[in-house]
This record gives sequence, C-alpha cells and structure tokens, in this order.
Amino acid sequence: MSHCLNGLAVATELYHNTVRRSIETLGRRFAAGIEDIGHCAALLAESAFWILLGRWFKQRVRSSAVIQEMMNIGVNAVPVLTILALANGAMMAMQGIYTLREFGGESQVISGIALSVTREFGVLIAGIVVAARSGSAIAARIGTMQMAQEIDALRVMGISPVRYLVAPILVAMLIMMPLLTVLSNTMAILGGGAFSVMELHISLGTYIERVLTVLAPSDLMQGLGKSLVFGVLIALLASSNGFSANGGAEGLGRATTRSVVLCIGAIVVADMIFTFFLVVR
Amino acid sequence: MNSPRQQAAAPVIEVENLVTCYGEQRILDDVSLTVNEGEIMVIMGGSGSGKSTLLRYLVGLHSVNQGVIRILGKDISKLRSGEWLQLRKKIGVSFQGGALFNSMNVGDNVCMPLREHTSLDERTMRIISRMKLEVVNLSGFEHLMPAQLSGGMVKRAALARAIVMDPTIVFFDEPSAGLDPVVASELDELILQIRDALNVTVVVVTHELESAFKIADRMAILDRGRVLMVGSVDEVRQSNDQRVRNLLNRKSAQEPVNADDYLRRLTGGVM
Repeated sequence: MSHCLNGLAVATELYHNTVRRSIETLGRRFAAGIEDIGHCAALLAESAFWILLGRWFKQRVRSSAVIQEMMNIGVNAVPVLTILALANGAMMAMQGIYTLREFGGESQVISGIALSVTREFGVLIAGIVVAARSGSAIAARIGTMQMAQEIDALRVMGISPVRYLVAPILVAMLIMMPLLTVLSNTMAILGGGAFSVMELHISLGTYIERVLTVLAPSDLMQGLGKSLVFGVLIALLASSNGFSANGGAEGLGRATTRSVVLCIGAIVVADMIFTFFLVVR
Repeated sequence: MNSPRQQAAAPVIEVENLVTCYGEQRILDDVSLTVNEGEIMVIMGGSGSGKSTLLRYLVGLHSVNQGVIRILGKDISKLRSGEWLQLRKKIGVSFQGGALFNSMNVGDNVCMPLREHTSLDERTMRIISRMKLEVVNLSGFEHLMPAQLSGGMVKRAALARAIVMDPTIVFFDEPSAGLDPVVASELDELILQIRDALNVTVVVVTHELESAFKIADRMAILDRGRVLMVGSVDEVRQSNDQRVRNLLNRKSAQEPVNADDYLRRLTGGVM
C-alpha cells in the first residue's frame, strides 16, 4: 500500500514538474519574442543614428559599403525578380480572363492587373525575392562573423558593428526596394500584357494605354510606400538573426532559416495591415 | 621577486573585486589584478577557469556590473562612448582564432583600424600596414585572403592588425592554441620582440604552461573564477598552493560528489 502511495506521489510530482516546465518554456519563448522586437528596434535606432549623425562623429557610413550592398540586394536580384514578376503577371491575366469570361467581362482584366500589381503583387513579389535572397545571405554573413569573433574584433577596434554592417544594408534596402518594386510592377504588367494581347486580340499599345488610364499616382505610391517598410523589416530581421546566431554550423543554418521565414512572414503580415488601412478603411 | 621593469612602472590595468555571473553561476568571483606598464602579464588557468571571460571584460566586450576595471587610469564602466573610442584606439587585441575579416585580404585587414580611425591617405596606410606585417614576418603576404593562410600566419596577421594603431596595451587570447610547438615558440619570441620594440604592455591569456613561463614577467593563476595567486614566474613555480601545483603538474583535482546535485544532474532537474 505504502509503495503505491509513494509511486502516486512521485507521478504527481513528475506531472507538476512537467506542467511547470512547459509553462516556463512558453514564458521564456514569449520573453524571447519581446526581446527580439526590442533588439530590432535598437538596431533601427542605432542605424538611423549612424546614417544621420555618423559624419558628425567622424564615423560615417561608408558609401562604398552601401554600393556593395545595393549590388547584392538589388542588382543581383534583377534576373530572378524579372522572371517571377513576368510569370506572375501572365498568371494573373490567365486567371482573370478565364474567370471574368464567365460573366462576359474579360476586358476588365486589364484594370484588375494594373491595380492589383501596383498596389499589391508587384511589391510583394519584390519583397519575397529580396527576403529569400538577402534575408538568408545577410543572416548567414553576420552569423558567420559573429561565430568567428569578427564582430568582437570590430567592437574592440572601436568600430560599431551596427554602423559597419547594418546601416549600409538599411540604406541599400531603402534605395533598392522601391526600384525593384518599379521593376516588378513593370514586368508583371508586361507579363499580363503578353497574355492579354493574345487572348483579347488587342495591341500592346492599347493594353498599355488602358493600364495608364486606370492607374492613379496613389496606386503607385501605395506599392512604393510598402516597399520601404518591407526593406526596413528585411534589413532588421536578417541582421538581428545574424547577430543572435550561435551553436556552430547547425546554429547558423537555424538562424538563416529563421531569418527567411520571419522576413517573409513579416512582410506578408505588414502587407495585410497596410491593405486594411489603405483600402478597407 | 619583481623585475626592475615592474617595480618602476605604473599600473595600466587595475581590476578590483570583479564579479561576473552567468545566470546563477559565478564565472569570475572577486577577481583583483594589476598589470604594470611595459610588463607581460600572463593570465593562466585551465578550461572553465574564467580566463577568457576576464579578457572579454578587460577589452570591454562585456559591461562591468560588480567591481571596477580601470584601463590607463579610467574606470571603463563610467566612460562615455567618445571616451571609450579614444581608449579603444590605445588597445590592440589578437583573438584566439585570429578573427580576421574573411572577406578582406591580409593587407586590408591590417589597414582596417587606420581606415576607420584616421584620415591618412591610402598610400600611407599601405606603407604602415606593410611595416607592421614586416614586424610579424608576413611581408609580401598582404594580398592573400585569410582562408589561404596557415594557423601561425593567421595569428601573426591578427597581431599585425592589433599593433597597427601603435597601441599602449596588447591583449592576446591563447596565442599558442592550435599551433605546433615550433610555430608556437616563434610566436612567443615575436610577443617578446614586440613588447621590447614597441614598448607596449602585453596581457596574454593562455593555458600553455611552457609558453606562459617563457614570456611572462608576472602570472595570474585563475581557477574556477578565482585568482589563486599573482606573482613572478619563479614565485609561481615555487608555490605550495595545492591547486597551483595541480595546474603546473597537469593533475586534475578530485572533487567530492554531492549526492543531491548528482541526482539532479541525472534526472535533468525533474526530481
């Protein structure tokens, strides 16, 4: 009898310990999430400080580093973005024409493509391409530097790692994301145009003329405004994940994956919030 | 027995009652230490003794919460960022793995502090970097990338970068680690030469006894976060402290096992 009671007491204690540890784990993850947000905010504030006031403190953000990042983030992303945007535009035209044909309104597809691309899909494709390419590359590069003590070396030399590594990325993102968005918009509209020309038996000139008639500057500005926010989100999340990388090769892989997932997740959620306030409201 | 160099010199590093914790575990426990101008101080201890942590505090990679660290007379916990920057220009650090920037060649690595902190023209910076590479016997290798260097060359390139701003204090983290005995011995010679040629104070963190005895003016022996003793090489050799003797004789100390702790470790804290 006493053995049974002892066994029950041990089982109860084990159960309570397991519950307690689960709650602790949940709490720790929540606290880590808050810490991540704080870390990103601190990165943004420090980067802004160096970008705006670095020259005053004789520690400017180097333009050569910014140009290098612009090449990595923007110019090198042009081929893949062009293909994705063209394909996406063509797909929108296909879906639009065959869906609207049922209602006899297939000619309205041009308005649909023009508005949805400039307001939504152009910037989203650009954001996803940059998040996938640069979100991983930035996290991997900073993570490798962190593990090889290169970040420590910067700090003991009196060089702020944020000024040296993050600020150029942020400036490059702010310049390149709108440009990539313009490219993405153009290619998606052309991709849609290529299919529409064939299906609707109109000329490319007529298609472009109708696109330009439908679009207002505010539609373009909506996409361009989002692109700036997406650029900032990708720069901060990727850098933050790189700085927090630890645990060797496996840890670096984890940080890189986490960076890409968070970057894509953040831009999609941010896009939804933007759309809610800009379109629904 | 102190050498004339130490007796005449003023302290450049003063550590008073430094306590650091990781969670509830004390990593450094009431550490006090003084390093005098122009001497080579070797901080020695086994793995987990806290010597690398102490180095990270000395070079300002962690902020001091309990205790005081004064570098060149300045309490580092009270420095403003501008003052820290000025102080950092007087400090050179050579990390265990070199910490060379992998995206730059050796020449650019050595030029890096000059490029960031001075307004010298490119040609002058190149001349200075070649001079420093000459000091560490790496002249002619400035175009190589870090991945193309051997372990000893990486350490020497890191040393060239550490001294490029003509610092007052140079810190070395495990200079002999991962090197064969001949290359390690050459590096020890190099440290002695640099101290004499540049008149710098050198702080070396190592677990290599032979290297420590060869280069040290004084040694601080750390064990489980505490300073066991600070003294000259002879004083350390003649110490009767059992833990110092264990370290010198490469003998591990037998610790009594606490039954409760043992059970907790086995069950992962569930019991």
